[in-house]
Amino acid sequence: MLRIDCPWCGPRDEDEFVNGGDAHIDRPEPPEQVSPEEWAAYLFFHTNPKGVLAERWVHSFGCRRWFHALRDTVSHRILATYRPDAPRPDGMA
Amino acid sequence: MKGRYSALAIARHALTGNRHWPEAWRSPEPRAAYDVVIVGGGGHGLATAYYLAKRHGITNVAVLEAGWIGGGNTGRNTTIVRSDYYYPESAAFFDHSVSLYEGLSRELNFNIMFSQRGQLVVAHSRHELDFQRRLVNAMALNGVDMRMLSREECYQRCPILNTRPDARYPILGGMWQGRAGTVRHDAVVWGYARAADRLGVDIIQQCAVTGIRRDPASGAVTGVETTRGLIGAGRVGVAVAGHSSVLADMAGFRLPLRSYALQAFVSEPLKPVLHTIASSNVLGVYVSQSDKGGLVIGGNADAYASYAQRGNLPTMEAALASLIELIPSFSRVRLLRQWAGIVDYAYDSSPVLGKSPVPGLFLNSGWGGGGFKAIPASGETFAHTIATGEPHDLIRAFSLDRFRDLALVDEAAAAGIAH
Repeated sequence: MLRIDCPWCGPRDEDEFVNGGDAHIDRPEPPEQVSPEEWAAYLFFHTNPKGVLAERWVHSFGCRRWFHALRDTVSHRILATYRPDAPRPDGMA
Repeated sequence: MKGRYSALAIARHALTGNRHWPEAWRSPEPRAAYDVVIVGGGGHGLATAYYLAKRHGITNVAVLEAGWIGGGNTGRNTTIVRSDYYYPESAAFFDHSVSLYEGLSRELNFNIMFSQRGQLVVAHSRHELDFQRRLVNAMALNGVDMRMLSREECYQRCPILNTRPDARYPILGGMWQGRAGTVRHDAVVWGYARAADRLGVDIIQQCAVTGIRRDPASGAVTGVETTRGLIGAGRVGVAVAGHSSVLADMAGFRLPLRSYALQAFVSEPLKPVLHTIASSNVLGVYVSQSDKGGLVIGGNADAYASYAQRGNLPTMEAALASLIELIPSFSRVRLLRQWAGIVDYAYDSSPVLGKSPVPGLFLNSGWGGGGFKAIPASGETFAHTIATGEPHDLIRAFSLDRFRDLALVDEAAAAGIAH
């Protein structure tokens, strides 16, 4: 069981949250000029790192707000949680 | 092989305390180069090496395994083999795999204990029954041996299912595949390893790949860097399940995969109580009983990306709560063991097979939680792909290009299969 530090409510148990997949994935613009390769990269070809992953969470059974987390996919240690309008705190792209 | 395991040999080894059995396969030092290197000594990698040698005459092959044979997902799955897939491409592939499993003990001269006890997937509502009828009709048209069971037939095959009139999830009927069953999972890797070794394949354990060498001009693969030195190869097949993205990263490209932990549980041994595989997609649980008597229980994958081979407690609780809803009499059964394997899911829950963006590097990935049942057909078609350079007809639909072309084979939405 993870303890996840919601930036809006503080630390809560994992089963109050739902994972929302990769964070910081920008939708390519404008749509009529985006190539099939760029759409595929946006939709499907993400990093899937063995190590630190920036991901989205939603506090479904709490404040119901979204936020981002840096989590190690091997140890499951959560290195940081931050508001979705903030940049990655470790400075990685 | 016959003399090695003759009655005389067994008696002789019994008299000497079974201490002098020779190894079933060699443990050679890696050579400087091979025609083909397979990364990953699980079922898929070993089956590929076997069929490369057996069908295509390519015996200068090494299988590199970071751990030991049988220590990865081939030894961590719930041993179920079935082919109840919706799309024609999936049905053709997985039904062929079941057929190969039916002949595998004879092919490998190794008893894989394929017990075709059938799989029952129950339906809990009128709407789910309607959906199952649609699936069963489509699967039957594709040649898969599926049929609907009435509520009474479900209870005949599996009397311990929940019969409570006030059940939260009442059982109204189900779908049935009679050829589905369970297999002794270790036997599959051991059998393929021994057979491939006999044909000249080098199986190198404790040899992790740390990098992929590419020709600077053409970009083609030239070999792999490993913890036991550089090994050259013009063709490299990657069959590493949950670590596919890590290998792709070494070669400089991305895959449309996410890695998750998928847990399984085994109970204390019970007398025979469950004679089929019982499953519920709504509840997200399935269970069978092993020959030793333990209940082998599986559920959904953990809810977030993971490379940790252990799994988390909320998912475990969900799977076990579902089991008790499906079969209430299991409520006092105790678990003996729990574990997780790392599986790589593609966004359409179908595998990603064939060519990669790097010339000479071939992909065998994206099996999610459904890789074990695919091993023989995967090995056969992957060997063909590596030997000829072109994807086998059975796997054309599962190419990496389908994500760019949006030609997805969306089994996740279609069959609603808990892999």
